[in-house]
Amino acid sequence: MTTTQPSIDELVADLEARFEDVTLGHVRAWKDGDRHRLAIGCLPVFAPREVIWAAGALPVFVRGAGDRIETIRGDAYYQSYICHLPRSTLELGLLGHLDVLDGMVFPNTCDVIRNLSGMWQTSFPQHLVRFIDPPQTAEPASAAAYLHHELTALFRDLCARNGVEPDLARLHFAIADVAAANAAMRALAVARQREPWNLPVDEVYLLKRAADSMPPRDWAELARRYLDAAAARGRKPEDRIRVCLVGSFCEQPPRALLRAAEKAGCYIVDDDLTLGVEPNGPDPLLGDDGDPMAAVVAAWLRTTRPSAVRYDEHGTAGRILADRVAAVGADGVVFAAPSFCDPALLDQPRLTRVLDQRNIPYTSFKYAENTGQFQAIREQAGTFADSVKLWGTA
Amino acid sequence: MIKKEPSMDAQKDLLAGYFARLSRAKDEGRPVVYTFVPGNLVELMAAFDVAPVYPEVNALQSAMRQRSGGFIREAERGGHSEDVCSYVKCDLGMLAKGNVGPTGDTIPPPDLLLLSFTGCFTFMKWFELLREQYDCEVAMLHVPYVGDGVVTDAMRAYVVEQLQREVIPKLEKVTGKRLDLDKLRAQLARSRQAEEDLAWVFKSARQRPSPIDAYFGGVYYIGPIFTSFRGSEDACRYYAMLRGEVEERLAAGLGPITPEGSLGDEKFRLVVEGPPNWTSFRDFWKIFYDEGAVCVASTYTQVGGTYERGFRHDPANPLESLADYCLSCYTNLPLPQRSRVLADMVKEYDADGFVIHSVKSCNSFSAGQLHMLREVEKLTGVPGGFIESDLVDARYYGQANIKNRIESYLQMLHARRTGAPPPAAPRPERIHLEVVS
Repeated sequence: MTTTQPSIDELVADLEARFEDVTLGHVRAWKDGDRHRLAIGCLPVFAPREVIWAAGALPVFVRGAGDRIETIRGDAYYQSYICHLPRSTLELGLLGHLDVLDGMVFPNTCDVIRNLSGMWQTSFPQHLVRFIDPPQTAEPASAAAYLHHELTALFRDLCARNGVEPDLARLHFAIADVAAANAAMRALAVARQREPWNLPVDEVYLLKRAADSMPPRDWAELARRYLDAAAARGRKPEDRIRVCLVGSFCEQPPRALLRAAEKAGCYIVDDDLTLGVEPNGPDPLLGDDGDPMAAVVAAWLRTTRPSAVRYDEHGTAGRILADRVAAVGADGVVFAAPSFCDPALLDQPRLTRVLDQRNIPYTSFKYAENTGQFQAIREQAGTFADSVKLWGTA
Repeated sequence: MIKKEPSMDAQKDLLAGYFARLSRAKDEGRPVVYTFVPGNLVELMAAFDVAPVYPEVNALQSAMRQRSGGFIREAERGGHSEDVCSYVKCDLGMLAKGNVGPTGDTIPPPDLLLLSFTGCFTFMKWFELLREQYDCEVAMLHVPYVGDGVVTDAMRAYVVEQLQREVIPKLEKVTGKRLDLDKLRAQLARSRQAEEDLAWVFKSARQRPSPIDAYFGGVYYIGPIFTSFRGSEDACRYYAMLRGEVEERLAAGLGPITPEGSLGDEKFRLVVEGPPNWTSFRDFWKIFYDEGAVCVASTYTQVGGTYERGFRHDPANPLESLADYCLSCYTNLPLPQRSRVLADMVKEYDADGFVIHSVKSCNSFSAGQLHMLREVEKLTGVPGGFIESDLVDARYYGQANIKNRIESYLQMLHARRTGAPPPAAPRPERIHLEVVS
């Protein structure tokens, strides 16, 4: 008996439906498959996916609602000078769209997400709410001990909630599962850098967002099928520049904005849109002590990819960005940060100084997740692309 | 114009002496350490005899002297967004213009950047930007956020280990001295003494009339203990003097001192959440005292230590005590706990209401304050007021708007209390005014 592979259009349609379903129906369906299954919401950027998955819980990244719902009640909780992600996240909760979740993990990404954790505790008492403050210190021994303690406590809490034994053997399997997803994510990145004309940004984005709420091996298989189908397209490259998109790691730009930038002449060959489900460095490796939690901790401490929410210990974030631009064969950088995002916006002057030194062109704009007007951004991206093509600079 | 008491002159002298000593620090061979106010390690720094610099204090002092606007614009010309923290931009702008501090003295460059990363994520980004400017040692102290409201043994051990392995070795390196634990203990004992007096002063506001304004006056009271003087003999003398003055005011049944004299008639007792605006500090204060509103408690006066709520440094356990201090600062607490602190203060200080002053620059304070407003109203049954401006960016301060909101809020409180329209606002009793240039 043979099974018919879905066409790429069918795959993308499925991804789109999954993305648009703000009620997380696919997560509910997964939970219904076994009584020992939880779903745990994770705010950007850091989530201990292996630990959550090991407890029998599906990590579900909550990256706001974008322009998919109208935010009304969530707006009533925030002043005009606060970014949009917490508003729509609260709106999703207040509408009951996150009822499928059993808990939420808040990382120390910024003061807004930090404070949202407290609001969640009082607004959604049915949720198990945990705050994870991953070490920012340069002192590794203290950091490792502390993070080990925090993640172990999280693992025990989740296992207790799920009615399963906190057996660390579960973590061995979870590390392997997440590593499979990481491998697929790396393959996706390579394919996109190689043939961006066959992997449009909107499709890649939908695929990566699917990783936000799928069992890791299921997503790895989905990514493999997408890559096979995309490679078979045989599209011809267009006269566009190649850019890295930087600064959109938390509140997400509307999909239409990504499409507008690409149609204006920019192949987005690298981005930081979905940090958290992307490998930040080597996968956890078991040490001599055989402690899988120690392996997860060590992987975090070995993170090689800088981000605005991780202490730039050696002041090398700019250099690493410039190196990354070269490594992915990009012509320039598009800084796209949400309005009022302190981490992303405070990083820009430091990063652009290094880009200037390396003669790497860049442009920058701000957005909100529910931005509805893209004409100015399209024109800016188009002008940027044209000037890079004509003069090799912005 | 301001009514002066001896403690005010003493504090002015302390501040002037601090900036003068700072400007001489390099000549005197004292290493300079840049750090932040919340969770600062001033006793440890004093044990090494280094000169601390607090960038956010420079920013607010610049704002009170109307110099922050130029600094902020300078930073924005350098590529910083109008959206981000104005403390950061004020500091970077000041640096770009020669690092001349608020008193006109040049701030010396640091020998050590000591990032005590407590209660504010932006501190970390700020330090990354500062580090780019200086070729010096950097020490990072990551103080975990107390997300569940409980300081755990693991958190305390993590901070202590960083002190032992990262902070103290860096201080030893830049000073060439070993840590003298006895000296540190002596510093902490003096901190404790000053903390006792300051806590007493703040608690005096439980009396009617309150002899102090715990927000507008309170920001002066916290100046020495939140910055360079905690643990010093000077601080002990200052807080003993302040306590004596407040005891006298209390015995005489006097209200708080305002820039226009003693407030004669306490009409409203308020608790305030959030930092003040610094660019129009006097005008901001005037809105309150013109209406006879006294701030009997505030949360801002707890960002550098929750003394009023019982925290004391412990010389018997020096490093653990420093860790507990860092962990327990107000902005390192989760919102439910912050709401409870506010609600408790409304009750303990028998307040008529509470006002949240939300500042654009500080997400650590501001994000979630509208939620806190609802929570505190639920916990106390008292309606809250909400006003908005900024710390040191005058473009976001609107006197008429804030005045209108506060007056309306107080009218509502009055109507709620009496069912009658409010009386004419009391004017402060004018006594012994002198001109301050």
